[in-house]
Amino acid sequence: MNMVLIIIGMAIVTYIPRVLPLTVLEGKELPPFFQGVLKNIPYAVLGALIFPGILFIQPDDIWFGIAGAAAAFILAFLGADVMIVVLGAIAFLSVYMLMGG
Amino acid sequence: MQMAAVSEQKSGFKAGIKAGISIAVGYLPVALTFGLLAKTTGLTLFESVLMSLLVFAGAAQYISLSLIAAGAGAAVIIFNTFIVNIRHFLMSASLNEKMEPETRAKKSLYAFGLTDETFTVIATREGKTTTGFALGVMLIAYGSWVVNTGIGHIIGASLPEFLQQAMSIALYAMFVGLLVPSLKKEMKVAYLAGLAAVLNSMFTLTGLLDTGWAIAASTLISAMAVEVLTGLRKGAALK
Repeated sequence: MNMVLIIIGMAIVTYIPRVLPLTVLEGKELPPFFQGVLKNIPYAVLGALIFPGILFIQPDDIWFGIAGAAAAFILAFLGADVMIVVLGAIAFLSVYMLMGG
Repeated sequence: MQMAAVSEQKSGFKAGIKAGISIAVGYLPVALTFGLLAKTTGLTLFESVLMSLLVFAGAAQYISLSLIAAGAGAAVIIFNTFIVNIRHFLMSASLNEKMEPETRAKKSLYAFGLTDETFTVIATREGKTTTGFALGVMLIAYGSWVVNTGIGHIIGASLPEFLQQAMSIALYAMFVGLLVPSLKKEMKVAYLAGLAAVLNSMFTLTGLLDTGWAIAASTLISAMAVEVLTGLRKGAALK
């Protein structure tokens, strides 16, 4: 029972940052500077979500991360669809693992 | 007329499901492992699936397991969950600029589905995004998260070792796949992502900030700095 209460507590504090800005700011016109900052966020957050995490997906073998990152970036720069980038990087690393890399 | 109908469909619920498939694939190994770890931490199947159903936040759920294993109290666990998810304030505010106008009731509903992954898929689309598209992306991601948590707990194992390790690239590869097309189009995107990547690496590798704070801080600093600089350049161009 205690565990269920902890989970409900976690659910509430996780929901608050998700819901507040979306509902409070609905229909409000922010100053242009803040609109600009908010429109920049998706691309900034992608940079932070990718690095340095992608390099350390295998904490004891940084080359594993570098190989995966290289595969993903090359596929994406060649213009591959997101799904192809994902599956291609997985396939590349599977081969890397099976080859005993 | 027909064209309008087609393009509307492209941005609706079905298109959202399709765009969300890469998240569902990426969540598979993470959720399987979460189910497995929850079991070894002593959570029942009901509790593990309930957590994924109600919380739906990978990093926070993993951290809660290590805190539970360490015997931490409820207040500590809940406080840490809040801290780890503070970055969602930024994403929610940013998403608000991106979404079509909608009733607060519906926005409260889809706000629940906001994760790093659903946010980046929805927010990197061109133009305004529909509620249906957001719901589609979130629903398939959520389904994968909840179902695979249960499967991980029940079978008590994750994928074969090599596949589990290879699939750990999935969500990162998705982020790369979302970033690069915009990067090729606009230099500003390269500055935004590059600066945030450098800052986040500095913050985490030096141990200055925990992951949750580091992502939030590097994102905000980069988004503001680049906005100030583009503002200055525009100002200079006008003179």
